[in-house]
Amino acid sequence: MNGSTGSALVIFFAAVFTNNIVLTNFLGMCSFLSVSRAVKSSIGLGWAVVFVMTTTSGINWLVYHHILVPLDLVFLRFAVFIVVIAGFVQFVEIIMERFTPALYFALGIFLPLITVNCAVLGVALFMVIRDYSFLESVGYGLGGGLGFLVAITILAALRWRIRKSKVIPALQGAGISVILAGIMALGFVAFSGMISIN
Amino acid sequence: MNERTRIFLDGIFRQNAVYRQILGICSTLAVTNLLTNTLVMSVGLTFVTAMSSFTVSLLRKITPPRIRMMVQVMIIATYVIVVDLILKAYLPDISERLGPYVGLIITNCIIMGRAEAFAAKYPPWPSFLDGLAMGLGYTLVLMSIALVREILGFGTLFGFLILPEQWTRWTIMAMAPGAFFMLGIVIWIMNIIDPPEKIESS
Repeated sequence: MNGSTGSALVIFFAAVFTNNIVLTNFLGMCSFLSVSRAVKSSIGLGWAVVFVMTTTSGINWLVYHHILVPLDLVFLRFAVFIVVIAGFVQFVEIIMERFTPALYFALGIFLPLITVNCAVLGVALFMVIRDYSFLESVGYGLGGGLGFLVAITILAALRWRIRKSKVIPALQGAGISVILAGIMALGFVAFSGMISIN
Repeated sequence: MNERTRIFLDGIFRQNAVYRQILGICSTLAVTNLLTNTLVMSVGLTFVTAMSSFTVSLLRKITPPRIRMMVQVMIIATYVIVVDLILKAYLPDISERLGPYVGLIITNCIIMGRAEAFAAKYPPWPSFLDGLAMGLGYTLVLMSIALVREILGFGTLFGFLILPEQWTRWTIMAMAPGAFFMLGIVIWIMNIIDPPEKIESS
């Protein structure tokens, strides 16, 4: 195993556990809180995010290092990344609708949501700031996506568990979800120290 | 109370983006460990929200509906790039500390939400006011969260030490869980002070 594959693996595990993008970097909070009403749709969205995040982080890395840096257009990265993500999502939607209708009906409704999911853009921006190699970026994208899947599934399950509990009226809905997320974050803090990325 | 004042006050309180609409949570949680960061972030976001609402509204009649979202995203991205370049030039330290969260203003649901729900239907001036009010409402919530987190987490206020050295820092407040708990508490308090018309049940 050479150095790059090794560090890509470390980054992958860190993104799922110690530096979970949802619970430590707060990326993708909007859909995290709104979709987690049902376990099934959370898992659907989670897988769609895994797929889009892994592929777009690779594409964005190539675009950044082979187009933006040579042309000295780094300051345009926000606009370029978001166009790549939106374009890719649109493209996947069309392909899926044409060839795998079953998968399209399972994941399709979540795809447009992903364009505005800040986690996907956030991963692209972190990868630039931390100066990752191509393999590390893809590992980070995959780990980030799985981290999102894990977090949203747990939160949806927790919300399902407390549906019969007597929650204080003023905390119902969003309030209690945020506090649940806080307790989960506390749990994930326990992973820190196992592996770390800078 | 005239129409404009009402739009303005609704944007700050009754329809507050953070605690009422639960939008823009990413940055609400991520940048609120220090007041200085929070202030810079809030000013940036308010500027982007107000200006992009204004621009979206200005172009609303000539934007083709099919590519509406894309046009809005591009308008927002333009203003975010402006904010990013200004921060890099004048406040490099804070720009470094905010990291990717300045860029993430683009996907901040507050701005997209307002562009879609308000600016696409109303004239430029009320849209600008609505964007400004949303930004101020966001600022208010973030500053109150940051105030508690910085005092308890670091014992400082805008970086100045205000609690005695013996004070045991609540490290948890500076970390991720503290952010979630503080947001939960803010939602709780605001739902008691100013109850929404109908509390949504989960």
